[in-house]
Amino acid sequence: MVIYMTSEILGRTLSFQLSFSSGVPAYLQIVQQVEQALRMGALKAGDRLPTVKEVASEVAINPNTVVKAYRELEVQGLIEGRQGIGTFAVRPPSGPPPSTQLRLARSLDRWVRAARNAGLDEAAIDALMRSALQGRSKEGAA
Amino acid sequence: MNVAGGTTMAIETRGLGKRFGSTWALQDCTVCVPRGRVSALVGPNGAGKTTLIRLLVGLRAPSAGQALVLGRQPRQSKEFLASVGYLAQEAPLYKRLTADEHLDLGAHLNLRWDKVVATDRLRALQIPLDRPVGTLSGGQRSQVALGLALAKRPEVLLLDEPVAALDPLARQAFLSSLAEAVAGGELTVVLSSHLLHDLERVCDHVILLAASRAQLCDDIEVVLESHKCLVGPRW
Repeated sequence: MVIYMTSEILGRTLSFQLSFSSGVPAYLQIVQQVEQALRMGALKAGDRLPTVKEVASEVAINPNTVVKAYRELEVQGLIEGRQGIGTFAVRPPSGPPPSTQLRLARSLDRWVRAARNAGLDEAAIDALMRSALQGRSKEGAA
Repeated sequence: MNVAGGTTMAIETRGLGKRFGSTWALQDCTVCVPRGRVSALVGPNGAGKTTLIRLLVGLRAPSAGQALVLGRQPRQSKEFLASVGYLAQEAPLYKRLTADEHLDLGAHLNLRWDKVVATDRLRALQIPLDRPVGTLSGGQRSQVALGLALAKRPEVLLLDEPVAALDPLARQAFLSSLAEAVAGGELTVVLSSHLLHDLERVCDHVILLAASRAQLCDDIEVVLESHKCLVGPRW
């Protein structure tokens, strides 16, 4: 897998990591990563997002891909383009607050570390994760 | 939007063909590329990619049909070439001249030339401007060549296998420069390559040539939506 990321932009570290072997369209990866940055509080209301040109050049992708991603985020009301000034974060997607997200992310980090220490490789961890997710959805359906 | 010749198409061909002796290198080729697109020109070796590009830049005259670039017929004239950039397969540069001398040369040979922007771009990439380009790496040379092609601020840029000879990092740098140039203004690009992963990233339009004919020409999104790949046992 090849990962390309944007470097530090405007002193902040909003970096896009795009995988071109994941099968997920590039624009959707950008949408998801901005959503995630908003959810985790890495991007707060009023923060400026990198320009289309900055992202296109840093990640070496078609600028229209970035435009498409930003447009979709704008339609969702998560970001806002201001003519001639830039694109700004408006609000996080609905869901628990960043503090809850962070707490869950940390406990998952701990779990992954424990799994690695126990000798599980990425595929084994992935399989466990999938079966846990499926188990939960079965419970939900029952 | 400013449209040349009353069309929003940067490139339009109708029944375009080129024959060398008794062999058709390109036949009945009808394609169009809307303005602002980055079009991937793909197809097996000998499919006619280089021939199509040469016809579009006026280096060859068609044996059949017609090509319009920015609403005009391609020909090797100052006026036509002012708005069309072309980078040949081997990124031809004068080995003994420095990048800076190339830029001065370009300033004398072109109607429109933006040396300041070109110089800044090459400096930002940390390419030595005062060394003969023959002593630069392949990646650096291709950046110089792209810099020259962009210095005349073309509206249409035709690139024939520009990244074929580059290592992955140099390819990344080249495509990043290209993406930045496209984001910077009204620029239409046709880019031929065999490296589909690279094309997938920077292109939003595709022209597929095979057996000297155009098999497909459309926005990549449309192509992906209307084509399915089925994987299963063979019967």
